[in-house]
Amino acid sequence: MTAAVPAPSPRPDAPGASLRTIRRTGFSIGLATGLYGISFGALATASGLDLWQAMVLSAVMFTGGSQFAFVGVVGGGGSALGAALASLLLGIRNTLYGLILAPSLPRGGARGAARAQLTIDESAALAATGTTEAERRAGFWSAGVWVYVFWNLFTLAGALAGQHIADPAAWGLDAAAAGAFIALLWPRLRSGDAVTIAVAAAFVALLTTPVLPAGLPVLAAALVAVVAGLLPSRRGATGHAAPEVDASDDEPATDEEERR
Amino acid sequence: MSLLWIAVIAASVLSFVQKWIGYQAPQDVLERPRIARITRLLPIALLGALVATQTAADGTEVVLDARLAGLGVAVVLLLVRAPFLVVVVGAAAAAAALRALGWA
Repeated sequence: MTAAVPAPSPRPDAPGASLRTIRRTGFSIGLATGLYGISFGALATASGLDLWQAMVLSAVMFTGGSQFAFVGVVGGGGSALGAALASLLLGIRNTLYGLILAPSLPRGGARGAARAQLTIDESAALAATGTTEAERRAGFWSAGVWVYVFWNLFTLAGALAGQHIADPAAWGLDAAAAGAFIALLWPRLRSGDAVTIAVAAAFVALLTTPVLPAGLPVLAAALVAVVAGLLPSRRGATGHAAPEVDASDDEPATDEEERR
Repeated sequence: MSLLWIAVIAASVLSFVQKWIGYQAPQDVLERPRIARITRLLPIALLGALVATQTAADGTEVVLDARLAGLGVAVVLLLVRAPFLVVVVGAAAAAAALRALGWA
């Protein structure tokens, strides 16, 4: 789930009005992002998951990139364990969002669990556009709640449709999965280093495809990121997991050389 | 319960734990440059690998077929800033059309 988050529109003077604007933006993001739950639902059932498995992924896992990775590995003939590992590796960035958001959001209780569950690309990004605590909270909750609602509704619609497709390849659904991944990757390719890492990972995955069981080449390629991350940074700015989140000036500082 | 169900539930629950743990971790974790960098680079490497395997892997074989044309169409649509759903549908339509015509 990596919908582009529009910059906050010209800020009205009254704080109440600006909160309303943020909540409206949250709704738009929710609807736009939720819509491609259709493609997730259809791909999931075409990859061999049943409707309930697709719905558990959307309701409980609830992080788009990981969900697509899970069904991608299963659909490619990979093991269930490989699918789970791939989805968890992609989900590591949500931990980072939590670290960044922690000071702005309430802890504990049901709201503490809800804020964790709604921590995804879109909610973290809209929260990061806020300049006050109230704006960050409004951004987080509105984007998080509306994406959750629409993502699950449209997953159901896609899964119901996908169940009636006898031959997924005839409908190009295998190519749709490739299209979904390149579309998720695209906004992250903002620096030359990011492109290098993506290409190197693709190369490693294809190189290991004939020698590893299906699903594992993707994990082997993850090592590219680990190795690149451990190498001394040349000039920083090596791609961004959360470019929008970094746009905020007043969040806890990450290391200086990583910032632009 | 099938292995697939176990994987779905385990991965979903652990995915929630990943989100939850971010709020509990000490803030200075963010200041460790290597952790921050690897966290940022992982999605890029994984998505790059998934693009490659979804496009050209068939089990343990590398094959070039209609999916490659679908990926090409997706890239063109991304270059003209098409929304996500249009990109996905465009890639599927290109591959489906080539197969319907018997060209791939």
